[in-house]
Amino acid sequence: MDWQAIRLSLWLASLTTALLLVLGLPLAYWLAFSRRRWKFLVEAVVAMPLVLPPTVLGFYLLLAMGPRSPFGRGWETLFGRTLPFSFEGLLIASVLYSLPFMIQPLAAAFAAVDRGLIEASWCLGVSRLRTFFRVIAPLSWAGILTGIVLAFAHTLGEFGVVLMVGGNLPGRTRTVSVAIYDQVQAMDYGPAARTAALLLGVSFLVLTFTYALRRHQRKPWTLI
Amino acid sequence: MDAHLTCRAERRFPGGTTVEATLQIPAPGFSVTVLFGPSGSGKTTVLRLLAGLERADTGSIRLGGTTWSDANRGIHLPPQARNLGFLPQAYSLFPHLSVADNLAYGLDVQPVPERAARVGELLALLDLQGLAERRPAELSGGQQQRVALGRALARRPGLLLLDEPLSALDQPAQLRLRRELRDLLRRLDIPTVLVTHDRAEALHLGDRLVVMDQGRVCQSGDIQAVFDRPTDPAVARILGVETVVRGEVESIVEGLATLRVGPARILAADPGGLGHGAFACIRGEDVAVERSSGPAPGSTARNRLPARITALSPEGALMRVGLDCGFPLAALVTRQACLDLGLSEGDQVCAILKAAAVHLIPHD
Repeated sequence: MDWQAIRLSLWLASLTTALLLVLGLPLAYWLAFSRRRWKFLVEAVVAMPLVLPPTVLGFYLLLAMGPRSPFGRGWETLFGRTLPFSFEGLLIASVLYSLPFMIQPLAAAFAAVDRGLIEASWCLGVSRLRTFFRVIAPLSWAGILTGIVLAFAHTLGEFGVVLMVGGNLPGRTRTVSVAIYDQVQAMDYGPAARTAALLLGVSFLVLTFTYALRRHQRKPWTLI
Repeated sequence: MDAHLTCRAERRFPGGTTVEATLQIPAPGFSVTVLFGPSGSGKTTVLRLLAGLERADTGSIRLGGTTWSDANRGIHLPPQARNLGFLPQAYSLFPHLSVADNLAYGLDVQPVPERAARVGELLALLDLQGLAERRPAELSGGQQQRVALGRALARRPGLLLLDEPLSALDQPAQLRLRRELRDLLRRLDIPTVLVTHDRAEALHLGDRLVVMDQGRVCQSGDIQAVFDRPTDPAVARILGVETVVRGEVESIVEGLATLRVGPARILAADPGGLGHGAFACIRGEDVAVERSSGPAPGSTARNRLPARITALSPEGALMRVGLDCGFPLAALVTRQACLDLGLSEGDQVCAILKAAAVHLIPHD
């Protein structure tokens, strides 16, 4: 088995999930409670990675990170290196690619919190931010857990975007799914089978754990 | 001198509904202002405007010299800055927190010992000792109501807003808590605005009454005065006066007006300002029913109207008797009286009515 690729995938998935959580809490709050008329536009953009082929997303990300785009040039002047085919580039791509898997469970859980509880908190003099951490977040734990699990698992299994943006550099951008692909291409079925079985086991365990924790929630048949 | 609370504001909802909030509380200290009206009349919206949960489109709200809201100047204090106690209709206790943590929820700026002391006080005040560690789901309806009230009182608010505080309870609990609630509010000495659609609850708890219908305030003032002298028939109907009929004023002699309603004539005290039309408001409790139709010697009742019984329907210990005396009239009598007289539908009887119990509302 390619332990280096496994370690890299786990590290990438952990960092992606952490970044998505930081980004996702305010964004999901806004999506759950904003009354802006153009909210549906943001919802559509957030959901895009669900339907877009990974190669298409990867292609545009590659263009955006390239030296001809202002973002790519800006990154290079700031950090002194280019984004494509680097771990940082892969991280940015993963965050965008897994965005809906974090945002949607969070936003659904926040929106399901009884409005009366939120207003009761405000009337008791507690600010909107503290109301979020004292009422909304604790009552949304199942949705937050689901978002973390789905974002982590989805990043762990991503393939198309990695190939487009990250390439296949061992120790830098070669993830576990790319490693399996390489092994199969090289007719190296033994390690491919072991790595695939590992991913299958991990996915099954993580989802079982999540469902088990949520078994008393009202809708056991769906994660989102 | 300015009133303690002055609210003259309006909220326009998309779709054309408008709710107007006009009310005053003359002085700080204990008083209960009841917002009364049928469901959908905008009572809760008025409470939400006061709480700052709705933003007024026009007008202003001031309490004790502080401007809470002024649409012209773009002022809108959020609920957090109004120091009020709000008891929502559904209580909205935090389900993930214990009773003690619910009570202490708004006190997190205070040091821990003071917070604990205040929670202890509230548990004692609301008779919740021994329940501090329970979750809201483990409490009865009455206990939940008291925890929600305690939570609203924790920060010693300057204004208390209660939305249908007793409606989620069963009938016996409601009756018991009505008296307790009024006593408690008196001890707390906080001006209170209370929403209800229950006439008995309004009469039990209120000092002042604001009658609302279809988003506007129809009448407001001292509670007994509003109940006794509704200014228009819609208010009378909302207040639950059984009979509201329109008639022509025939004559006014020595403070006594004669009103012609269809073929019948009713004598009533002249409220002043009568033109040729008026509504007569008659409560079912004020109408008696007799078998004899001749004049009764020794009665002070000025109105004796021949009538036919059109309907009999039980209402608790009472019987509602529908009468046709040229206009529909409802009487509320005890069931026993009904049995003793052997009343049944179609019987010819006599409806007895004191002139003083007929309330006239001028209407041209």
